[in-house]
Formats: sequence, C-alpha cells, structure tokens
Amino acid sequence: MTIKDPETIHDVEGVPVHSVHRHDVVIVGAGLAGMRAAVEASGEFDVAVISKVFPTRSHSGAAQGGVAASLANEEEDHWEWHMFDTVKGSDYLGDQDVIETLVKEAPVVVREYEHFGAAFSRTSEGRIAQRLFGGHTRDFGRGGPVQRACYAVDRTGHVLLHTLYEICVRNQVRFYSEFHALSLIIDEGICRGVVAWDIVNGGVHVFHAKTVMFGTGGYGKVFKITSNALANTGDGLGMVLRAGLPLEDMEFVQFHPTGLYLQGILVSEAARGEGGYLINDKGERFMEKYAPEKMELAPRDLVSRSIQTEINEGRGIGGEAYVYIDLRHLGREKIMRQLPQIHELAWKFLHVDCITDPIPIQPTGHYSMGGIPTDIEGRVLLDGKDKPVKGFFAGGECACVSVHGANRLGTNSLLEASLFGRRCGKSITRFLRENRDFPDLPAGAAVEAIKMVQKLLSASGSEKTAEIRNDLQVLMTSKCGIFRDEKQLGELKVELKKLEKRYENVSLDDKSERFNTDLLEALELGNMLEFSELIVEGAYNRRESRGAHSRIDFPDRDDKDWLKHTIGWKKEGKVRFDFKPVTITRFQPKERKY
Amino acid sequence: MAMLKFKINRFNPDDERRGHYAQEYELDVPKGYTVLDCLNDIKWKQDGTLSFRRSCRSGICGSCAMTINGVNNLACETQALALKSAVITIEPLRGYPVVKDLVVSLDPIVRGLMAVKPYMINKTPPPTDQERLQSPEDRERLEGLYECILCGSCTSACPSFWADKEYIGPHAFLKAYRFVADSRDEDARAHLEALDDKHGLWRCHTIFNCVEACPKDLNPTRAIAELKKELVKGKMG
Repeated sequence: MTIKDPETIHDVEGVPVHSVHRHDVVIVGAGLAGMRAAVEASGEFDVAVISKVFPTRSHSGAAQGGVAASLANEEEDHWEWHMFDTVKGSDYLGDQDVIETLVKEAPVVVREYEHFGAAFSRTSEGRIAQRLFGGHTRDFGRGGPVQRACYAVDRTGHVLLHTLYEICVRNQVRFYSEFHALSLIIDEGICRGVVAWDIVNGGVHVFHAKTVMFGTGGYGKVFKITSNALANTGDGLGMVLRAGLPLEDMEFVQFHPTGLYLQGILVSEAARGEGGYLINDKGERFMEKYAPEKMELAPRDLVSRSIQTEINEGRGIGGEAYVYIDLRHLGREKIMRQLPQIHELAWKFLHVDCITDPIPIQPTGHYSMGGIPTDIEGRVLLDGKDKPVKGFFAGGECACVSVHGANRLGTNSLLEASLFGRRCGKSITRFLRENRDFPDLPAGAAVEAIKMVQKLLSASGSEKTAEIRNDLQVLMTSKCGIFRDEKQLGELKVELKKLEKRYENVSLDDKSERFNTDLLEALELGNMLEFSELIVEGAYNRRESRGAHSRIDFPDRDDKDWLKHTIGWKKEGKVRFDFKPVTITRFQPKERKY
Repeated sequence: MAMLKFKINRFNPDDERRGHYAQEYELDVPKGYTVLDCLNDIKWKQDGTLSFRRSCRSGICGSCAMTINGVNNLACETQALALKSAVITIEPLRGYPVVKDLVVSLDPIVRGLMAVKPYMINKTPPPTDQERLQSPEDRERLEGLYECILCGSCTSACPSFWADKEYIGPHAFLKAYRFVADSRDEDARAHLEALDDKHGLWRCHTIFNCVEACPKDLNPTRAIAELKKELVKGKMG
C-alpha cells in the first residue's frame, strides 16, 4: 500500500487508499462517447480511461442496427431532411442548433470510423451501405422512408466499439479496466478528478486530472424489462447528483418497441427496417391503425405505445403481454445475410427460429433521453443553462445536450455518442492548451467515497441489495412505464422514499475487498435510487404528453406551458426544478403525425 | 421447472489456505432460464459472496465466459434446462490465473492481443470527404473474422496455451488475420511480425479446440492456417 500524497488523502479506517494517479484527461466510461473522446485528445495529451468493465464490454457494443448519416450512398438524402426528422422525432423538444450540428457533422464522423478500420457493409460501388430505419424520411417528412442508417450487418455497435478500442490502443490511451468510479472531485466550481474503487484488487484510488469527462451511459436497469446490460445503472448520474449538479429532462425514457418477450433483449429496429411486420393475436398488422403511412417504420415512442395498447386491450398473442414480429416473408437468405444476430438471439433465448416462426416481443426499457446537461461543446453546466463547470465534460447517453428531445430516432444514438464524444475530445484539447497546470487537490478529496465503501463493507442491516433493486424495477415499470398518470406517479414518489430508507439498512454477504461484486451491486443500487427520483418527480411534474412521456391524464402536447426543458436538483433529499427554453431555429412546432 | 444442483468452483484470494474448492447450490430452475440467470439467482438469494463477471446478458460483451459442464461457453447464452443434466458443474475458464471464484485474469488475453498490433495500419492518408472504397467481395472476406467478442474461451481451451503461458493465443491470431485479410490495411508485415516467434503461430498444433470453444462459431484455426501461408509467402518471396 502506497500513499503518494498523504497530506491530501485521508485514509479512513478500514479502506486503504492505494495511490494517486495523475493524467491530463480522465474519462469515465469506455463506450463510444468515452473512447471517441479519448481518441481525439490522445493525439496531444495524456489520456486515461476508467471503466468498470473491460472496454470492449461496454454496452455500445450491443447496438445492432446502424448509425445515421445523410451520406446518400443508396439514394438522394440531405442533412436538412435528417434535421427535420430528428426535430420532429424529438416532438419538438430537441434543441435545433445542436441538432443542426449533429446532422451536419454526421457524415464526417461516420467516414472517420471507416478510416479507422470499421468493417461496414458495402454497396456494390464499395461505399458504406445504408438501410431504412424508423422515423427517417425523405423530403421533410413528405416522402417515404429513406436509407440513412449506415450499418455493419446487424453488429454495428460491436464494430464501432471494437474499432475505437483498437485506435485507443494505437494511441496508447491508458486504460484502468474494472475500476468503478465512486465520486467526483469538484471544488469551487472546478473539476479536479474522480475517486474510484479498484474492482479486481480492492482499494480506493484517486485520479487527479486537469479535465474529467463522463461517458457513463444509460440507466435501463431501473426497469424490470429492459434491453440494457446489467452494468447500465447510471452511475455517472448518481455521482453528478451527489456533487450537487443538476440533471436535465429525466422524465423522457424511451421504450424500444421490440424486446424479446420476458428477456427484454433487443430485437433491433433493423428487423423492421428490412421489412419485418408487427402482428397481433388476430393476425392483423395493427400499425395500420396508428401510423397508416409509416406503419412499422414510425418512430419508437409511437410504435411502443401501439404495441402496449394492443396488449392492454387484450390483443396480445393468446391474451398474453406480447405480440409478434414476423420476419418469415423476408426469407432465409435475407435474414441470414442482413439479420444473423437477431436470428441467433431469438433462437438462443426463446428457441424460436425466425425463418419459420414469428418472434414474441414486448416493449422494453431502452434509452434515456435526459441526463447531465451540457452545451454544444460537451461542457457540463452547473446551472443546467449556461454556466460551465471548469474542466468537466460529458457525452453520450449519460449526457443531455438535447438532440433527442422527448424521443430519440433509431441510429441517432451511436451517432450522438460518437459525435459528441469527438466534440468533447476537441473541447478538452482546447481547454488543456490554455490550462496547463493541475488544479489543486482539495484536502480529504476521497473521504466521501471512502466512507461510502466503508459503510457498506461494515454494515450489518437486514436488507438485501437484490430485493430492494427488484422492488425498484417492478415499481418503476408498473408506475412509470410507457403510460403514466398522476395517481400512480404520486404513489411511486412515496414508494421511492421507502426504498431509500431500506437502502440505509442494506448489508452485504461479501465483506472482502477483491472482486467484490456484492459491493459493486450495492454501490450501483445507491446510484439508481439517487436518480430514479428525478425521473419520477419529472414525470409527475410534466403535465402533458410529449414523445416518450405519455400521461393518460394529460394526453395532449402542451406547447404553451411545456415547450421547455426540465432541470432538476436534489437538495437535502428534496427535488427542486428549474426550466429552460427549447432552442428553435428552422422548424416551428407543429402537430406530429406519421 | 426442475430442481437442479449447481456445483461451482470457488476460490477466495483472501483465504488461500482453503485453495480451490467446489460448493453446491440447489435451485428450482424455470423454463427459459440461462445459466447466468441461475447464477444471478443464487447470488441474489442464496450467497452474495459468489463472484462472476457478467454484463450484457445477450451474448455480445463476452464477460460471462466460463466452463459449463466441461465446455467453454457464455453463461448468458446457455439455457440451463437444455444441458439435460441434474448437476451443472461450473468452473472458471481454464488456463488463466483465477482472481476469485469464476473470475479469471484478463491479462493473458490483453497481452496476446497487443502483440499483433490490433488496429488497422495505413501508410496513405484516407480520401477527403469520402470513405475508402471496399468491394462487397473484399468485405465478404472479413466475415467470420471481425465478430470476435474477446471472451477468451478459445485461448482457454488451447493446449498450446496451457503449455506456454506466453503463447499469443487464437483470439489474437484471429484479430491479426482480420487486418491481414482487410483490403484496406497496408502493412500485413506489422501484424505478422510478432507471430513468427517461439510463442507465436508455429506453436499451434491444429487441435481445433479453439473452434469448438468459440461461442460465436468463429474459426481461429482457419485464420491461423491463412496466417502461416502469409508468413511462408513472406519468407519465400
């Protein structure tokens, strides 16, 4: 055990502090956002990436369908069309200045991936192949669907994630694999590093940095049925709230229409992009009723609500809580060439051969549109509006620069993570050129984190992590799912407080330090409880229906009162809200029809 | 539902005197449960000290590779009842140092990977405002090579790795060939260099264990054969 800076680290009894690491840039999270930023900054500065899993195991790798860019490799396309679709898809809550940047830079970012070595599928001319995806259309929504999703078979996320890892290796990025970040070091509005737990060997480590970036991903694990990895517990959001910073638009949670029944594992939208049908118990293609023009290629919020309505009204298959996605008419050859992973997943998890049988699916918790408020340069905002925290950046699903608004279009997430990861990397580089010195490490920088671990390792209460977590997931799914109302959300607010109380009394079976996943799961649950309250309070507060936020008691969009972003803080256990206007440039809000 | 017995290999680094030992758990296993679902159930309801890696639980991240009834596989992709055995034996992947219970050190995997310069190497700058072109036929050559999830199952099953801990390993050979076979990569020699070594390619005895062990149905042995050809071609030419 070595303590390099004994004067700044207070070794709290029971948990050793192993060392202090210094890097120009410390990035938390090794998904597309984090590693894309690392690639960008590592050309000039010393970059470290902390990840609680080995980098290529980040959840970006599970994304299947594609990454959006108006390359026009297959047919005519323009960034203006992509912009319109994204704005409309967001139900006019996305900030249009940022969306314009997203769609204009998209082709550059996708081509860079290709230059890095990504194995995209190809057109006959050797260009990056593109396919259809929900909500992406031609001619400002007036035309039919457009082939805008660049893809690598149905393993797009895997290909991009591994490619970035490879380039990070080439650029000698320093990886701290299997380190779980515990807390942010912020003092006098300046971010000075993070504290993390070494999962493999145990022990607290201090990462002293000139800049910190969060690319910590989503939080689907607060729901019972979810497409997310077990690791997707929104740790970055918990840390941000504990540091006294706000979160933005947390009430907007996307449910993906097609999760494998009961497992929640994703059947990629590529399945519908390639022509898959949705069928109810009567054998009807029920999307005719809900989106007669776009059918299965309508946006995700609409398709999810349609499926859930069919299920709620008794037209699920055999009256059960699922409908079918039918790929049979595509034929063996097309399924095996374009959708091999879906074929494999349906077979391994449901024992369904989608060449001969339809796949049982239900909507599944998928993506968080809200998160850590940032500006267009990826700087985290102290007030959620325009005051950056010096040296602190965020990108990808954990962040909310608000390109997705109230609902995200398929293939825009890989794009956003990559593009804003890249922008974060560029901002960090600019910042470091002007800020050459390390900010001081405040005394006791690690005390809060050490206490947190110490408390869990020595606790002897009667509650178990898994039970509280299960109750949280069941409650969130039933009372804050696809459809919401005031009564259920009100009940949930009370229930969450009870869960927080129970968490105070949690104890572990495993009291050891090395590879203690019992400890890890308890820390993750602490984070989930922290930000779940923001989702529920946000949903309770927003008395309208917009995008993925669907209030049965307020079914209409209300632009007069609610065309604005929610900024939420937690102060002394209470949630406090502020709001900021949506930036509207090219497209005035209008009714959203598909 | 069926009551199954899980015989799980345990190891706690803080209690080395005890060494490695097997512990048994019983679980009523519902239809559709994967081995990972079973392990989670055991951990969450019976014994929180049981350690294993897991993340995506959909067969894409590679975290939960382990030896199940003697066969390397991803726990998340293995249906428990389909194993058709009343006792399911679970061990950490063989050949790697064990960190704790079913968790093995990833160091040998990373070391092997680094040896082959696992990234695309270009000597010419990419075209501006355009991708590098690659014909569908050239892209087709990467099928079966780029899908590796680095779960470590193949190298764990390889007798050459058991005999030589510095053996680069089939996972790294597959990665090397993924770039050698890529029409866009411009320095095959750089990827091949480390392979022409006493810990390299020539230690492969074509036993095909890696092929059998791969949960993604990839074929590192084929990649190794191709790499051997490339190396010999280089020496003769």
